[in-house]
Amino acid sequence: MSFDAELIFSALRALTPILFAALGGALCERAGVFNVSLEGTMLIGCFAAVTGSWFGGSVWIGVISAVLAAMVFSLLLAIGAVTLGADAVVLCIALNLLAVGLTGFLLRTVFGKQGTFGDPDLQGLRPVDIPGLESVPFVGRALSGHSPLVYLSWVAVVVIAVLLSRHPWGVRLRGVGEAPEAAQSLGVSVARYRYAAILTSGALCGLAGAQLALGNVTLFSENMTAGRGWIAVVAVMLGRALPVGVLLAGILFGLVEAIGFRLQGEGMPQQAADAAPYVMTLVALFLATRSRGRRGGAPPGRLTGRIPRPRRIARTTTESPS
Amino acid sequence: MNDQHAAAPGDFAEVEMRGIVRRFPGVLANDRVDLRVETGEIHAVMGENGAGKSTLMSILYGLQRPDAGRILLRGAEHSFGSPVQAIAAGLGMVHQGFKLFPSLTVTENVVYGDEPTRRGLVDRAAARARVAELVETHGLRVPPDARVADLPVGVQQRVEILKLLYRDARVLILDEPTAVLTPAEADRLLEVIRGLARSGRTVLLVTHKLGEVMAVADRVTVLRDGRVTARLATAETTPAEIALAMTGRRIDLDRTHPAGVPAADVLEVRGLTVSAGRGAKPLVEDVSLTVRAGEIVGVAGVAGNGQSELVEALAGLRPATEGRVLVAGRDVSGASVQRRRAAGLAYVPEDRATVGAARDASLADNLAMGFHRTAPLVTRGGFLRRSAIREHATRVIERFGVKAASPAVTIGTLSGGNQQKAILGREITHDAPLLLVEQPTRGVDIGSIENIHARLVEYRDAGHGVLLVSAELSEILALADRVLVMYEGRVVAELPRAEADPHRIGLAMAGGTIEATVDPDPGPDSDPAPTTAHLA
Repeated sequence: MSFDAELIFSALRALTPILFAALGGALCERAGVFNVSLEGTMLIGCFAAVTGSWFGGSVWIGVISAVLAAMVFSLLLAIGAVTLGADAVVLCIALNLLAVGLTGFLLRTVFGKQGTFGDPDLQGLRPVDIPGLESVPFVGRALSGHSPLVYLSWVAVVVIAVLLSRHPWGVRLRGVGEAPEAAQSLGVSVARYRYAAILTSGALCGLAGAQLALGNVTLFSENMTAGRGWIAVVAVMLGRALPVGVLLAGILFGLVEAIGFRLQGEGMPQQAADAAPYVMTLVALFLATRSRGRRGGAPPGRLTGRIPRPRRIARTTTESPS
Repeated sequence: MNDQHAAAPGDFAEVEMRGIVRRFPGVLANDRVDLRVETGEIHAVMGENGAGKSTLMSILYGLQRPDAGRILLRGAEHSFGSPVQAIAAGLGMVHQGFKLFPSLTVTENVVYGDEPTRRGLVDRAAARARVAELVETHGLRVPPDARVADLPVGVQQRVEILKLLYRDARVLILDEPTAVLTPAEADRLLEVIRGLARSGRTVLLVTHKLGEVMAVADRVTVLRDGRVTARLATAETTPAEIALAMTGRRIDLDRTHPAGVPAADVLEVRGLTVSAGRGAKPLVEDVSLTVRAGEIVGVAGVAGNGQSELVEALAGLRPATEGRVLVAGRDVSGASVQRRRAAGLAYVPEDRATVGAARDASLADNLAMGFHRTAPLVTRGGFLRRSAIREHATRVIERFGVKAASPAVTIGTLSGGNQQKAILGREITHDAPLLLVEQPTRGVDIGSIENIHARLVEYRDAGHGVLLVSAELSEILALADRVLVMYEGRVVAELPRAEADPHRIGLAMAGGTIEATVDPDPGPDSDPAPTTAHLA
């Protein structure tokens, strides 16, 4: 196997859905909502993208449908977890199951198909050649000729990074996630910021789904996200909910997927290639938890999945009003 | 004292609360309370737990609505639905539990929610300059760029005050501000409070500490059972008079108990270390101490310097990495809680609500804990005997004066003082040679404090050893026959009763040296974090 421009190209393509979803997950994490419904929301995005593109006759209608549908879907999480105070993780698992069932059901009722819907007339995202860049050797072939959503995802990394570090909205969002009571006491509405984070995450998962169903391939098949949303959750953890960290973690997973695909072409059993990203996830999680022992610059929250000792919590809140 | 600044327009008080009534089911928390605070004054609101002072402040700050009554700020009537409205009207409150973002810097914490912006983004330079200016004018000594998590508690508190000043609060409400501070930090805070009043701001100090009220406040309003029992000017009153208004009876404030007569060792600890994980500074480091029968050994220190971890390690709730622990001569290093208790250890934990008691269980069941394995509370077949449990509970309730309707009530519904009496009673009833007591009077009213202190002395005089951990220096001074001071996980000073004075203990609590008695030995690997730098 050679390490060439095509490999980078396919790694970047594989990265995009994971990156979009992980950026959404990072925003939620920063707002104090542990969102593991990325998988299901992305799947809703895939289905809506194909449906919109097919009936609207334009790929952009597909993309917009994906964003809107995924936002509506994540509204369920926002209402349940923020307004009604349900446990976000439990709710997210239910949403993931709902997404699989719902898209499978709609595939049958809307398209009359089982398993997969694809058609030569279904509009997919066209590659964009970047003038000037495309003629540069190696770099051109790796970076140019992607779907527009790939480039949009890179822009999203920068925008979200600036938003979180420099914009009042982002700074407040971080505060909401870290110390909701403190934010509330200063007149910042925790609920409103969490709604915003969850809905933005929904929109980003919609874009992830659109890229997957109209960019990487041009079809919808049941459960086609195949764990990418879960890998995005891991990317959020590995990247410590920082946009650039999430990007680096995503690149790792994109590369593994591309390499696996390449090896499959060279005779490796398909099952082994398919398993590669998940093995990588396990390894990454293991390494991440091992290096997470000391308190570094990690943002607070439930990133490590470690349950705080109840006693410590109680100590800071035992003072009862007299 | 600040008359020259009391020039409110017209003749309006800065804050006036009239006829405030607030009912909770079964309790009248505020019964027609009047409070008048002049501009530029330091006004203390005092009262025991449950007297209604927190309720009154919550109403003033918009956290609760009164059932009746009016709030006037400089003559204008207000009705706050939320603290945000109260802040807009010029009020500000520093809560007991700070409301800060640990991972953000001081500046980010201060400007949060009201950030200066330039071209849509947070203008960090302007924010920093504004914070630095406030630090300068008020002499608060807070580094604007430090992460709040890295700052000691006393400095974090000043960050809270900065937040109020940034929002231009005219009236600052401080709720038990010195509860978490070392004596030196508390003195500094009182200085800051005086400075705020000098600059024309009004300070409302909610506290139960008579010493600081006498030191800093101009006037005092005292509450008892939801009613105002006294309005006094500190210049014309005495601590005893305030205490009388708070409790309704005479209390001997400066009572120290006669020294004990130590006998054999009941606790021997050698080189105990509790690790905080690889590479981190140990939570408890090489601690050796002894407690003898017939003495109370006090452990002083600012909260978070390893006292809790030490006690948890002794009680068997937290594994020790190194060292030996002997209870009544038996080596219990590494032993389970049950074996330690069998060897002769009883334990009153700091956290009544979650460790000391099962909140939602009945008083009787809570009092049976620890007695639940052996006769008479258990039949020979291993079943609990409800009647014996009830009798046992009745005995403890009577002996320790726990106020409860019946042994069947849920312990969580009792007042803090009564819960503590019940837990202390249960542990004393074990009659163990060694009693570990952690913060026995935190959140407990003055009357119960007296009672609890007397019980501990009585227990000592009956020939038992007591290890007392307390953040209240006055408690340590009143009870301890010997005082150990912990700082950053180590015992940095050991003082016999005669040499234990607030100044020396306070110095050791802040990590300072006491000549000859201490070997602080910072060591090459000690944490160079700003902890000590900001204390100095």
